[in-house]
Amino acid sequence: MDEMSQVVLTYVKNEYLEDEDEEITLDTPLISGGIVDSFSMVSLKRFLENKYKISIPDDKATPEAFDSVNKIVKLVREFVK
Amino acid sequence: MGYSDKVRGIYQEQLKGIQQAGLFKQERFIHSPQAADIEVEFPTGASVKKVINMCANNYLGLSSHPDVVKAAHEGLDHRGYGMSSVRFICGTQDIHHELEGKVTEFLGTEDTILFPSCMDANAGVFEAVLTKDDMMIADRLVHASIIDGMRLCSAEQDTFKHGNMEHLEEKLQLHANRRVRLVITDGVFSMDGDTAQLDKMVELCEKYDAMVFIDDSHASGFIGKTGRGTHEKYGVVGKIDIITTTFGKALGGASGGCVSGRRELVEMCRQRARPYLFSNTIAPVVVSGVIKVLDILSKSTERRDKLEKNTEFWRKGLQEAGFVLKEGDTPIVPVMLFNAKLAQDISRDLYAEGIYAIGFFFPVVPQGQARIRTQISAGHEIHHLEKALDAFKKVGKKYDILGKTKQEIIEKYGA
Repeated sequence: MDEMSQVVLTYVKNEYLEDEDEEITLDTPLISGGIVDSFSMVSLKRFLENKYKISIPDDKATPEAFDSVNKIVKLVREFVK
Repeated sequence: MGYSDKVRGIYQEQLKGIQQAGLFKQERFIHSPQAADIEVEFPTGASVKKVINMCANNYLGLSSHPDVVKAAHEGLDHRGYGMSSVRFICGTQDIHHELEGKVTEFLGTEDTILFPSCMDANAGVFEAVLTKDDMMIADRLVHASIIDGMRLCSAEQDTFKHGNMEHLEEKLQLHANRRVRLVITDGVFSMDGDTAQLDKMVELCEKYDAMVFIDDSHASGFIGKTGRGTHEKYGVVGKIDIITTTFGKALGGASGGCVSGRRELVEMCRQRARPYLFSNTIAPVVVSGVIKVLDILSKSTERRDKLEKNTEFWRKGLQEAGFVLKEGDTPIVPVMLFNAKLAQDISRDLYAEGIYAIGFFFPVVPQGQARIRTQISAGHEIHHLEKALDAFKKVGKKYDILGKTKQEIIEKYGA
C-alpha cells in the first residue's frame, strides 16, 4: 500500500469507525455503505486539503468521488502537483 | 394533461421499488383517543382491535387528559379556531405571548418563540442565527429534522462521533478560527433512548467559546427532577444557548414546537426564521391546551415520577425475561433484535397478543440494529405493563431469543 492510501485509510478509520474492531479495505464503500455521511464528508475534504496543500472544488468533492479510499486517493492525486 | 400515463408510470415504479425494498409505510387507523388503551383498525378494513399502546410519545399520558381537553375547549370558545394570518401581520394573540412566557419559565431560558412544529423550529433556527463564517458541529445521530435544518443553513458543517466528547473537543480545536461555533445534539436520542452528556458538553463549549444547541423533544416535561429536560438532569439549566422542543409528544401531544434560549438568538428567529415568517403559528385551541399542560407540570411532578417508576418496572421486567436492551434510563426502551425480519415478525405477533409496538430497521436505524422500540407512559398502569411483559415473554419464547446474547441472536437469525 502506498503512503497516501495508508494516510487516508488511517484517517477514515480513526474519524468514522465507531467500533475499533471494524475493518475496512481500500475499496470498502464509505458513503453508499453508510460509514461516512454527507455532513461528515466536510471534515474529510478539509483534512485532505490541509494535508496535501490542495484545494478540491465543490463540484469534484462528490459522494461518488469520496466513496472509497482508492477513489479518494485518485481524486487527491489529480490536484497534487 | 401534464400527468400522462408515462409520468404516472414513473411514480408507480418508484413506489414499487419502495415496496420491494420492504420500506413501504402503512398507516394504522386508531378509532379512539390517544391513550394506553386504544382501538386499532389494521390492516385497513379489518375489525377494530383493542390493544395496549407501547409506541406513543405520550410520555406523560396528557394527550387526552380531561383538564387539557377542557382547556382546549375553552380556548376554542374564547379565541376561535384559526388565525388566518402569519404571526407578524395579525396572527398573534395574547395567549401565544402567554405561552411563550410560560415555556421560557419552564425551561429556564431567556426567551421563546413558537413554531408550527419542532420540525419547523429545527428547519428555521440555524439559518436564522448562523452565517457562512460559522461552523455547526453535530452529533452523528441527531434527528432528521436537525439535518434538514443544517442543510438549509449557509454555515459549514462537521460532525462528531455519537456521544464522544474527546472527538468533539478535537473538532472544537479544529474549527477554532470560526466566527461562531454551534455544537448540536439531541437531548434524548429518539432511537436509542440515551442522553447527551450535557455537563461535559457545556464545559467543553465554555472552554472553547462555542454555543450549545439541544433538541429536547423526547425530554421536555419528564427528564430531570422536575421534568424541565435533559439540561436539568445534567445540572446545566441556563447554560444551553438554544433549546428546541415539541408540544407534540409529552406536552399534550397535539402539535407545535418552539425555539427557546438566549434573547438575541430568539429575536433573530423572529426576524429571520422562514417557517415562522411564512406560516401560521399554532392554533389557539392547541395553545390553550399547552398552557394547561405547563400549569399541571409546574404544580406537581406526580406524572413524571410515575413515568420514572413505570420505566424502571418495564426495563427490569424485560431484562429479567432475558431480552437484550439498549442501556439507558429514559422511557424509550429499545428491545434489540438485530434482524429486520425478526423485528417485523415479533411486532406482528405482539399485535396478535394485543400489544401495539413497532419494529424499526434500516434505514431508520443502522444496518444490523433492528429493534422494537417500546415507549413507556405515565398513562400506563402496572396491569398494562404486566400484560405487555407477558406478551413479550410469550413471543420471545416462541422465537427462542430469551436469555440469548446479541451474538447468539445474530447467529440464529442473521443481522
